[in-house]
Amino acid sequence: MTLLESAFAKNSIAIKDRVQSREEAISLAGNLLVSSNRVSEPYVLSMLDAIEKFGPYIVIAPGIALAHGKPDESVHETGLSLLVLKTPIDFKHSQNDPVSLVFGLAAKDHDSHISLMAELAEFLSDEQNVKSLMQSSDVEQIRQLLS
Amino acid sequence: MKIIAVCGMGIGTSVLLKLNAEKVLKMLDIEATVEAADISTARAASLDAQIVLTTPELVDSLSGISAEIIPIEHFFDLEELNTKLSKALL
Repeated sequence: MTLLESAFAKNSIAIKDRVQSREEAISLAGNLLVSSNRVSEPYVLSMLDAIEKFGPYIVIAPGIALAHGKPDESVHETGLSLLVLKTPIDFKHSQNDPVSLVFGLAAKDHDSHISLMAELAEFLSDEQNVKSLMQSSDVEQIRQLLS
Repeated sequence: MKIIAVCGMGIGTSVLLKLNAEKVLKMLDIEATVEAADISTARAASLDAQIVLTTPELVDSLSGISAEIIPIEHFFDLEELNTKLSKALL
């Protein structure tokens, strides 16, 4: 199993028709990290804090956000979550809006997840992968793409 | 040569920047270490660095440091990193 595949624990991926705000999108991606046992609830607040404080630069490429909080004791294990939005939402980013893929990232420290990030970057640099994720209609399909 | 990649928390964007900068430096055949840092430790980490890579939004909060600050718009765009790093280093 690749690092990327195992980073998505059970209950860490969801598809939703629409959200009202970028904050709702980030909360949902954060809740997926909670439901998949990677973090405890305070981490979700830390994720919301980050965008409030540092702005929307977490929209790392057109249509893709990588939401994360601070590495602290609310992180049980390094991992990822993914919320696919059927109706994209604005994150107020100058160039990469609107966002359809919201990844939640939990990291225990600053460097233990670097190889995982390398795999994620590799995966997302293939436009076909991004397109397929955006168009997928069920979680199983997404899992297969990631494997 | 030391390069610092900076983002708000030092775990997401800065790590992606670090990885892609390493790829580009290899292509350019430039020897350098790239470290990821968060905005609160970036100032100290950049003391002995030549270049700081970061997002346009964070440039203002790094003003006054001695290293050259290069804002990067697209983290997956190796072309952009290549152009900007070549301009600064070659």
